[in-house]
Amino acid sequence: MLSRILSNDFPRSRALAVLLVALLLALALAPFLFPGVKALSVAAKILVFIVLVASFDLLLGYTGIVSFAHTMFFGIGAYGIAIASTRMGPTWTALLVGLLAALALSFVLSLAIGLFSLRVKAIFFAMITLAVATAFQTLASQLSDFTGGEDGLTFKMPEMLSPGFQLSETPLFGVSLDGRLICYYLLFFCALLLLLALLRIVNSPFGRVLQAIRENEFRAEAIGYPVVVYRTTSSVLSALFATLAGAMLAIWLRYNGPDTSLSFDLMLEVLLIVVIGGMGTIYGAAVGASLFVFAQSYLQDLLKVGSDAAAGWPWLSALLSPDRWLLWLGLLFVLSVYYFPTGVVGRLRAPRARA
Amino acid sequence: MNKALLRDLDWAPAALVPALAVLVLPFIGSGSTWVTLTVAGLAMGMIIFIIASGLTLIFGLMDVLNFGHGVFIALGAFVATTVLGAMTDWTSAPELWRNLVAVVPAMLAAMVAASIAGVVFERFIVRPVYGNHLKQILITVGGAIIGEELIKVVWGPLQVPLPLPQGMRGTVLLFGDAAVEKYRLLAVIVGLVVFALLAWTLARTKIGLLIRAGVQDREMVESLGYRIKRLFIGVFVTGSALAGLGGVMWGLYQQNVTPQIGAQVNVLIFIVIIIGGLGSTSGALIGALLVGLLTNYAGFLAPKAALFSNIALMIAILLWRPQGVYAQNR
Repeated sequence: MLSRILSNDFPRSRALAVLLVALLLALALAPFLFPGVKALSVAAKILVFIVLVASFDLLLGYTGIVSFAHTMFFGIGAYGIAIASTRMGPTWTALLVGLLAALALSFVLSLAIGLFSLRVKAIFFAMITLAVATAFQTLASQLSDFTGGEDGLTFKMPEMLSPGFQLSETPLFGVSLDGRLICYYLLFFCALLLLLALLRIVNSPFGRVLQAIRENEFRAEAIGYPVVVYRTTSSVLSALFATLAGAMLAIWLRYNGPDTSLSFDLMLEVLLIVVIGGMGTIYGAAVGASLFVFAQSYLQDLLKVGSDAAAGWPWLSALLSPDRWLLWLGLLFVLSVYYFPTGVVGRLRAPRARA
Repeated sequence: MNKALLRDLDWAPAALVPALAVLVLPFIGSGSTWVTLTVAGLAMGMIIFIIASGLTLIFGLMDVLNFGHGVFIALGAFVATTVLGAMTDWTSAPELWRNLVAVVPAMLAAMVAASIAGVVFERFIVRPVYGNHLKQILITVGGAIIGEELIKVVWGPLQVPLPLPQGMRGTVLLFGDAAVEKYRLLAVIVGLVVFALLAWTLARTKIGLLIRAGVQDREMVESLGYRIKRLFIGVFVTGSALAGLGGVMWGLYQQNVTPQIGAQVNVLIFIVIIIGGLGSTSGALIGALLVGLLTNYAGFLAPKAALFSNIALMIAILLWRPQGVYAQNR
C-alpha cells in the first residue's frame, strides 16, 4: 500500500524518513500546532514551494536541463487565477477557468520553447529561457489593464475560502474553523497529491529514460529513445506542475503581482533550493523548500541579532545584515555544489549506500 | 589575414547590420531622426560588444559559460562611481580633456578591479568545474549571487547616480538637424578601439594565434608544449576586465548604477552571443550591433514591441543559422 503511494521510492535513510514524517505531520497539523497568522503563512508558503521546487527538480535533477523560465510558468498559474477572479468575480467557475486557461498557455509556451530550443545544447536552452522569462516579466508589468501592472491584482476567493466564512461556531481545539483553515487544507492536499504524482512520474519507465538522457544523451538516443521528445515532454510536464503551484499561491495570497510570482530572484531561490535539497530526489525538494522558507522567515531575525552584536565593526555588521542573507545562502549553495552535489537528501542517504 | 581567409570570409552576416539600418529608414521617415537613432544604436551595440566579447572569448577558449559575467559589469560601474565621485573637480570642468583625465583613470580602475575579481572568480568558482556544463551554470549563478550581495555590502543596495562629465553632455550636430549625443560618439570610438585591439591581438600576435588554436583544438596546442591553463586564466581575466570597462561605459550611458545592472545586461549579452555564435568575436560584434540598433529602432517605432524585438531577432537568426551567424565547429 505505502509502496504504491510512494511509487516504490522510499526515503532509503532512517534520518530522512523521520525528517519527512515530521515534516508531513507538522504541515498537516500546522494550524493546530502553530497558532498565529505568520506561522500559517509560512506553512502555506512551504506547501507552494514544495510543489514549485519539486517540479523544477523534474527538469534539473532528473532530466539535466537548466531552465530559467520556470517562474514564468509559476507566474502564469498565479496570473490565471488572479485575472479570472478579478474579471469573473469570486466563483469556483472563475478558479476553474483561470486554472485551465493558465495550464493551456503554459502548455503551448513550454512546448514552443522546448521544441525550438531543446535541440541545441543545454547552455543555449538556459540562455534562451532566461531571455524569454525576462521579456515575459516585462510584458506582465506593461499590460497593466490586464495584469494590474507593477501593483498587481488583489481579488476575492469564493466564499468558502475567504476568511469571513465560518464552518461552525464552536472552535476545534481552540482553532476557529474559518475559510483560511479550509484554504490551507485545500493547499495541503493539493501539494501532497502533486508531490506524489511527481514521484509517480519520476519512478515510471518514462522517468528512467529521463535519467538515462541526463547521464548520457548520446547513448540514450542510440538505444532508440528520441531525446528531443522526452526532453520536451519533461519540460512541458514540469511547466504544468509549476503552473499549478502558481495557482496555489494566488489562491492563498488572494493577490498576485510581478514581484510575487515572476521575479528573477524567485527563480534563483528555486535553483538554490533544488541544489541544496538534493537534485534528482523529489524528497529533496520537500526538505529543501521547508528549510529555505523557514530560514527566510526566521533566519533573518537571527542575522539581525548577529548584526546588532557586531555593531562595533561596521564591515562585519554590514555582512551580517538581515538584508544580506542571500549572500550566506549563495555561499552555502556554492559549497554544496562542490562538496555535497547530492544535497541534503543525498547526504542523508549516503552512509546507507556505503554500508 | 591571408588571401584564403579573405576569400572564405562569410559576408552575409556582416551585411545584416547595414541592411537592417537601411530597411527601417522608410518606416522612420525623417532622415535626421534616423541618423540619431542609428548612432545611438551603434553606441549601445558597441558597449554591449565590449562586454560580450570577453564572455564569448571565455566560452570559445575555455568552454565555460559564465553566468556571473554580469557581476564584473556591476563592479566596474560601481568602481567608476567611486573614482568619478572623488574627482568632481575634473568631471565638472567644461573642457573635454579634463573630463577624460577623470574618466580614463576610472576606466582603468574598473578594469583592474574587475581583473582582480576575475582572478578570484576563476580560482574559486570556475576552476573546479571545468568540463561540466551543468555545474558551471549552477556555480556561476551562485558566484553571481555572492558577488551581487558583496557589491551591496560595499556600495549599498540602492541606485547610485553616475552623471556624465560636463564636457561629454549635450549633443553635436552632424549635418542638417541630425543631433547626436557626444557621449554616444565617444562610446562608438571606445568600442571601435577595443574591437581593433582585440582583432589585432587575435589575428597578429602569438598570443592571439595560440588562443585561436586553442579554440580550434585544445589538445593539439597542449601537446605542442604550450601551457594552455595560463592562457585560460589570461583570457578569463581579460574578459573580466573588458566587462569592467563595459560596466563603466554602460553606467555612464544609463547615468546611474544599480547592483542589479549585471543581471539586466546579462540577458542582452546572452542574446548577442547566441546570435553571434558562441566563441566568435566578429559574430559578437555583429550580434551586438544588431541588438543595439534594433532596440533603438523598436523603442522609437513601437515601444511595446521593443521587449520582444531582441528575442524575435534571436529566433530569426537561429532559424537561419542554428549555431549563430559565425559558429565555431566544436
